[in-house]
Amino acid sequence: MWTFLRRRLVTSAITVVGVVVVVFFLARMTGSPASLYLPESATPEQIDEFNRRNGLDRPLLAQFWDFLSGAVRLDFGESIWKQRPALDVAMNAVPPTIALAGIALALALVIALVLGSVAALYRFRTVDRIISVVTLTISSIPDFWFALVGILLFAVQMGVLPTSGYATPSAWVLPTATVMLAPIGVLTQVVRGAMIDALGASYIQNARARGFSMARLVVRHALRNASLPIISVTGDRAAGMVNGSIIVGSVFAFPGFGVVIMGAVLNRDFAVIQASVFVVGIGVILVNLAADLLYALIDPRVRIGSGKAA
Amino acid sequence: MTLEDQTTSTVAIARRTGARLTLHRFLRSPSALLSAGWLAVLTVIAVALPPFVEIEANRQNLELRLLPPFKLEHGLPFVLGADSLGRPELLQLIMGTRTSLLVAVLAVLIAAVIGFGIGLISGFFGGWTDEVLMRIADIMHTVPSLLLALAILYVLEPSVFNLVLVLAITRIPVYLRTARAQALELRERVFVESSRSIGAGNWRIIWRDLVPMVMPTIRTVAMLEVASILLAAAGLSFLGIGLQRPDVDWGMMVADGQTYLTSAWWVTVWPGLVIVLTALAANLFSNWLRAAEDPAQSAQFIRRPRREKVPA
Repeated sequence: MWTFLRRRLVTSAITVVGVVVVVFFLARMTGSPASLYLPESATPEQIDEFNRRNGLDRPLLAQFWDFLSGAVRLDFGESIWKQRPALDVAMNAVPPTIALAGIALALALVIALVLGSVAALYRFRTVDRIISVVTLTISSIPDFWFALVGILLFAVQMGVLPTSGYATPSAWVLPTATVMLAPIGVLTQVVRGAMIDALGASYIQNARARGFSMARLVVRHALRNASLPIISVTGDRAAGMVNGSIIVGSVFAFPGFGVVIMGAVLNRDFAVIQASVFVVGIGVILVNLAADLLYALIDPRVRIGSGKAA
Repeated sequence: MTLEDQTTSTVAIARRTGARLTLHRFLRSPSALLSAGWLAVLTVIAVALPPFVEIEANRQNLELRLLPPFKLEHGLPFVLGADSLGRPELLQLIMGTRTSLLVAVLAVLIAAVIGFGIGLISGFFGGWTDEVLMRIADIMHTVPSLLLALAILYVLEPSVFNLVLVLAITRIPVYLRTARAQALELRERVFVESSRSIGAGNWRIIWRDLVPMVMPTIRTVAMLEVASILLAAAGLSFLGIGLQRPDVDWGMMVADGQTYLTSAWWVTVWPGLVIVLTALAANLFSNWLRAAEDPAQSAQFIRRPRREKVPA
């Protein structure tokens, strides 16, 4: 267990460093970041002053060192949009994003478990085909368009749901549905595949022969063994949930990374974009780590074996 | 007839029969026919029509702004209505078809070729370069693709070229991991060993033994990726950082309609509907292709005895 944990922690730490490097080079891709940080109306004097103040006239390696020491102290500079430390602005987006992504992922998982199990039980039959076409269609709908059509139908036409806000439960309906769109299809397919494998195992056949009911077998036994690939794919989708949250922020003005990042883009606030990439990267690494730990807890082979979980 | 001739001809026959079988299955599957048909029609539209309709498509006519659909008095171009500047929706959609398909196909091809090549070489040779490459793939996996694309496109200028570049970069790890995993497994196999024993060098083994073996998997993954790239590209254009006028794609058209959602639903609905249909066609077709080429999945093509009890 400890070897496995240590291995995962080391690779995660390397990934964290990598994310920081990516963030640094993003800013240096077009040469001087002055054009990124300063408003477009900045005078040449302002740009010179900015370069001097931020040490941009020094060699690249020295700048990289400065940046690293800043990142270690979690200092990504000031946000010119909010006049606060950029990291603060990014951190404010974390709670609503986690809440929305968590609810959406949990609901998507429940739906996928039901649909995938039914499809596995009746595989290659009509029910299975219908489920596969429905989930394929769901994963073919662009989330931003789904959100807009949702507003059109439920807010404009019927007037039952609000177009934005987050204080009332009804305001969460459309954003949650939008974010759920992407993971449902993938998760259903994974559940189906895992359940087919699990149901084909000899101990299930044996139990069937002894007359255990199918429902009991699926829920009590097959699901447990099917849970490993399901957990690893669900953990994998964590990064994708942020994509959905960006769209939801843009369409519904739902607080979270969407609002922060789109605001940063509109206000030419590159410090906030950097801090957001950093915060999201760390968050995804933590979620993946948690998924791996869960995996190791459920499957003793991972703990004792070579630690090839991911 | 030498032994080699004989094996070659057997392989050729097997291949031909396989191809004929696939064609036969294709003609019998309504979903495969429909989806391939839709994709073919779109391709023809994207290639043939834009030069003829370009000027008409971008002509602004403020008298016809937000003209409702299904009216023919202003001519066929306006059958789907007009947008906020009076441009005909139908012709805008045709122009968008070219950009959307071009971006999706190019991004998939670039990502597939680069990921395939690097993954194969990395998996075959192993060592520290392989470790480094895998860590890089991990890092790219950690930052959400949309966030990464937003950050990169923020730094670069919005253009078709940069959009393709960004989408390709964010998707390379998919192919890289697949190709690497297969190369890792294949390099231990007997046929690689026998190639080596008769004096084949590393690069020859990669080219002659590994590439043909890994290619089908990469092709399947690439087909699956078309739909998700299409959606990702549309998302970036929707957020307003993918393209700039006069370039237009379906995602950008949806964004144009957003402001007029309450008064002119058609400006938002049509382009989105086209995206759904196209992504669905790509998904259905790649699903069918994967099943048709994978013997383990082929069970669904074999006529099965009636009244079989579940589960198998």
